[in-house]
Amino acid sequence: MKKTGNRRLIISLAVVALIYVAGFIVEQTCGSKSMAVTVLQKGAVYALIAVSMNLLNGFTGLFSLGQAGFMLIGAYSYAILTIPMAKRAAVYQYYDGGIVQFTIGMIPALLVAGVVAALFAALIGMPVLRLKGDYLAIATLGFAEIIRAFIQWDAIGPLTNGSNLLKTYPTLKTAMPGNTVLFTFIVVGICIGLILLLINSTYGRAFKAIRDDEIAAEAMGINLFHHKQMAFVISCFFAGIGGALLAMYQGTLQANGFKSAMTYEILLIVVIGGLGSVSGSIIASFLFIACSEWWLRFLDAETMIGDFKVPLLAPGFRMVAFSVVIMVVVLFFRKGIMGDRELWDLGSRRKAKGGSDIK
Amino acid sequence: MFDTLLPYLLAGISVGGQYALIAVGYTLVYGILRLINFAHGDIFTAAGFFMVYLAAALPPILAIPLVIILTVVLGFTVERVAYKPLRTAPRMSIMISAIGVSYLLQNLMWYLTGGLARQYPVLPGLGDSIQIGSASTKVVTLVTPVVTVILVVALVLLIKRTKIGMAMRAVSVDFETAQLMGIKINSVISVTFIIGSAMAAIGSMLYFTNYTAVTPTIGAMPGLKAFVAAVFGGIGSIPGAMIGALIIGICENLIKAAGLTMFSDAFTFALLIVVLLVRPTGLFGEKTREKV
Amino acid sequence: MKKLIALVLAVMMLVPAFAMADNVIKIGVFEPSTGDNGAGGKQEILGIQYANSVKPTVNIGGEEYKVELEIEDNQSVNDKAVTAAASLVNKGVSVVLGSYGSGVCMAAGDTFVDAQVPAIGISCTNPNVTALCDYYWRICFLDPFQGSVMANFAWDKGAKTAYVLNMQGEDYGSGLANYFVEAFKALGGTVVGDKPETFPEGNSDFTAYINNAVNANCDVFFAPCSTTYAALIIDQAAAQGVKFPIMAGDTWENSAILNAAKGKDVEVYCSTFFDENDDAASAAEFVKGFKEWLNADSGNLNNNGGNDIVAAVSALGFDGYNVALAAIEAAGSADSQAIAEALPGVTYEGVTGSIAFDDIGDAKKDMAYIKYANPETGAFDFVKTQKVGE
Repeated sequence: MKKTGNRRLIISLAVVALIYVAGFIVEQTCGSKSMAVTVLQKGAVYALIAVSMNLLNGFTGLFSLGQAGFMLIGAYSYAILTIPMAKRAAVYQYYDGGIVQFTIGMIPALLVAGVVAALFAALIGMPVLRLKGDYLAIATLGFAEIIRAFIQWDAIGPLTNGSNLLKTYPTLKTAMPGNTVLFTFIVVGICIGLILLLINSTYGRAFKAIRDDEIAAEAMGINLFHHKQMAFVISCFFAGIGGALLAMYQGTLQANGFKSAMTYEILLIVVIGGLGSVSGSIIASFLFIACSEWWLRFLDAETMIGDFKVPLLAPGFRMVAFSVVIMVVVLFFRKGIMGDRELWDLGSRRKAKGGSDIK
Repeated sequence: MFDTLLPYLLAGISVGGQYALIAVGYTLVYGILRLINFAHGDIFTAAGFFMVYLAAALPPILAIPLVIILTVVLGFTVERVAYKPLRTAPRMSIMISAIGVSYLLQNLMWYLTGGLARQYPVLPGLGDSIQIGSASTKVVTLVTPVVTVILVVALVLLIKRTKIGMAMRAVSVDFETAQLMGIKINSVISVTFIIGSAMAAIGSMLYFTNYTAVTPTIGAMPGLKAFVAAVFGGIGSIPGAMIGALIIGICENLIKAAGLTMFSDAFTFALLIVVLLVRPTGLFGEKTREKV
Repeated sequence: MKKLIALVLAVMMLVPAFAMADNVIKIGVFEPSTGDNGAGGKQEILGIQYANSVKPTVNIGGEEYKVELEIEDNQSVNDKAVTAAASLVNKGVSVVLGSYGSGVCMAAGDTFVDAQVPAIGISCTNPNVTALCDYYWRICFLDPFQGSVMANFAWDKGAKTAYVLNMQGEDYGSGLANYFVEAFKALGGTVVGDKPETFPEGNSDFTAYINNAVNANCDVFFAPCSTTYAALIIDQAAAQGVKFPIMAGDTWENSAILNAAKGKDVEVYCSTFFDENDDAASAAEFVKGFKEWLNADSGNLNNNGGNDIVAAVSALGFDGYNVALAAIEAAGSADSQAIAEALPGVTYEGVTGSIAFDDIGDAKKDMAYIKYANPETGAFDFVKTQKVGE
C-alpha cells in the first residue's frame, strides 16, 4: 500500500511541476499580453475559487451560493489596503481621499483578504449553518446580495469608494512583471495544496461523512456544527484570497461585477469538473474560461464566405452557443469530467463505490 | 401621514400581487419536485417579450391568449428537456440544470432582441391613470390584487377538489408511493409546470403594464423576490405564497418611503433569513419530521 | 472528444493570425454589444462602420492601406472588458476606438498601456478614463462639464430645488450626479437630501423615489441612468402626474426615451453631443448618408433600435474613426506607438464640433446641445446650445 501511495505522490508532483514549467514557457514565448496567458491567469484564479467551492459543496455537501459575496469582501480588503498613498486622493475623489491612509505590502494584503472573508464567514455561519439543503442555498445567496448592497452604500464611501471603481492597486503585471503566470500558479498552487492536505486529513474524512449521511455522522460522534463551521470558514478564506487575485487580474474593482451570476458560473465549473474532485475543478476551470473567452470568440463576428453572410453569427451568439454546451454537459455528463475521482486515481483501480441505497 | 404613505402602499400592493403570481409557480414546482426552478424568472421575462412582439402584429384580444399559450409551451418544453432526464439524479444536478436553463434563456434573449429596452404595449384599460385619494396611479394597481385573489382561490379549489389536484398533493407528499399507486407522474408534473407558467404569463402582463420596459434581465430580481415570498409564506402553501408576496411588496415600498432606498433589496433577503431562522417552515408551511 | 473539438477550434483560431495580408491596418472597436450598455454600444459601432464604408482606406507614407475593423464585445462588465481588450491587442490592432461606458474603459486601460496601443474614447465621460491612463484619449466632453451644463440649464429654467437619482454601483451615473449636485449648489440651489439618492440594480419600481421628489417639492428631477431605467422612470412619473421637468445626461439621447415619452404628459431634457438637425454642411451630409446606409440593411436598422433616428453616439463614432485616421496619417506609419505620439497633435473638424486634445488627453469641447423629447412627434427637439458660465 505504501508503495502505491508513494508512486501516486511522485506522479502528482511530477505532473504539477510540468504544468508550472509549461505555463512559464507559454508566457515567455507568447508574451504577457497574449490570449493564452490571459486565459491561464484567469483560469488559475477561477480554479482556486472552484476548488474552495467544491470543498464546501462537493466534499461537505453544504449547498452554498454565497461565494461571490466572500470573493467581493476579499477583493475589496486587498484593494483598499494596497492602493499607493500617492494615488489615494485621485481614486477617492468624491470622499476626500478616503479613511484608510496607509498601505501594506501585497502578500500580507492577500492574507488579510482571506482572513477578513473568513471572519465574515464565521459570523454568517453561526445562524445560517443550522439550515438544511435548499434553504441554506437561498440564505447564502441572500447574504451575498446583502454584502454587495452594503459595500456599495454611500455612507461607507470613505472606506470603499461607494459606487466608484477602485484602481491603481498592485496587479498581476506589477507583482512579477513578465512572469505573471508563474506568480498566479504559485499562489494558487499553495492554496490548493493546503486544501488537498485538509481533504486528506481526518477533518476531510469527517466532511465526507457529513456529506454522505448527516445523521449517521452525528451518531458516530462527529460534531456537526463544529465541522460545518470549519468547512465554511476555510472555504471562504480561500474564496477571499481568490477574490483578491481576481481583483489583481482585472486591474480595476467594482462591487457590481460580483453578482450572483458569478457564483452560478463557479457552480457550473464545479459541476462540470465533478463534485468531489479537486483535479476536476481545476481542469474544468481552464476549459470553461478558454471556451467562453477565447475559443468561441469567432462566433461573435459577422463573417462572410465570399458574398454569403453566414447566418446566426452575430454578437451574442458566443454566449448562446456556450450555454448550449453547458446544458449538454449537465444533461449528458452528469457526473462531470472527473466524477469524484482525482487525476492520480485514473491509472489505478476504480475506487469502490460507497454504499448505495436500496431504493 | 396616511396621505403621504398611500402611494407607497398602493405600489406595494400592486407589486406584491405580481410577485404572488410568480411565487405560486415556484411553490407549486418546489412542492412536487423539491426543485427551485431558477428558470422561472426568465420564463416570466420571455412572456413579456412574447407580448411585445405579438402586440405589434395582432390586436390585444388575440395577443393575450396567444402569449399565455406560448409561455405554457415554453415552460412545458423546459421541463421535458432539462428536468425530466434528471429526475433520478441527485438534487444538486437538477438545480444546476435549472441554473443552466436560466443562463441559456437569458443569453438567447440577449442575442435575439439586442438588449435595447422594449416598450411594453399598452393593454386596453389597464394602462390608464386614475386618482385614489391624493395619489395618482394606474388602473392595473387595483386590478392586480383582484386578479391575484381570484386566481389563487381557483387554484386552491383545483388542488383541493379535483382529481388532478389530489394527484398533485399525493406526489408532493411522497413521490415514489404516488407512482406505485398508479398516478401518472409525467402528467402531474407537466400540469404543474403548465399552471405555473400560465400564472407567470398573467403576472407578466400585469407587471409590465406597470413597469413598461422589458429587457432580458428584468425578470431576475422579481423572480428571486417571488421565491423569497414563497419560502416566507411556507413552501408548498399557495395562500402562503400570496400573503408572503404581498408583505414583501408592501415592506419594500415602505422602506423606500423611509429613505433607506439602497437597502430595499437587501431587506427582502434579511427578512428571509430571519424567517428561516425563527420559523423555517414559513408562515403557513407544514412541519416535516425527518425519520432515520 | 470535447477536448479534441476544442483543440481543432483552437487551431482554427490561429489560422487568421498567420494569414499574411498586404497593406492592411487594423483598428480595434472596443464596444459593448450585449449587457446593460449593449444598445448604446451597438449604435456607436454603427457610426464607426458607416465611417469605414465612407473612408475604407488610409494613406500611410504614400501607400494606400485598407482599414479593417476588429470588433470585440466587452459585454458592459469590467472583468469581461479585460479579456476583450486583450483579444483586440492580440489581433494586432494599431489603435482602438471605444467605449460606450466609462467603467469598461477604465478597466481596460492597463491592457492598452501595456501593449502601447492608443485608445480613443468615444462617449465615455468620466474624467478618470484619461486622468488615470496615459494611453487613453477622448473626443467627447467630460462629466464635470456635463454636470454643470445641466445644472446651469435647470437653474436658468428657474429651478431652486433638485432631486437627484442614480443607480447604485455605476460610476458614470454616480459621477455625473455628484458633479450636477456640486454645480447646482454652487449656483445657489438646494438638493433634496443634500446628495444624490441611489436605487439598486434591477429595480423596476420608481414610484417611491418619484413620491419622495414630489413630497420634497422639487423643481427638477435629475436622473443620469441607462436607458432601461430611464424608460421606467419616465413612464411612472407620467402615471403619477408630476409637474416638474426630468433631466439627464447623454445616455438619454436615445430612441428608447422617445418611445417612453411618446403620448405622455412629461417634460424630458437631456444633454448630448450632436443634433440631427444641425445646419452645418458636414453634419447634414453625415446625417443624410448615415440614414441611407442604415435603411439599406435591415440588420443595421435593427441594431439602431428599429428606426433611423441618428443617435449622438453614432455621430461621435463617426468622428472617432476619422480622428484615428487623421492620427495614422500624421504618424505616417501603422505602428501603434507612433500613432500614440502623433495623437496629441491631431485636430479635426468633426460633425460633433472641432476636436483638439489637451495635456490629459481630453477633447477641448466647451459646448453641449440640450434636447427636448417631444411627446407628440416622438422625436428630439433641439432646445439650445449651452456653455458653462452662461
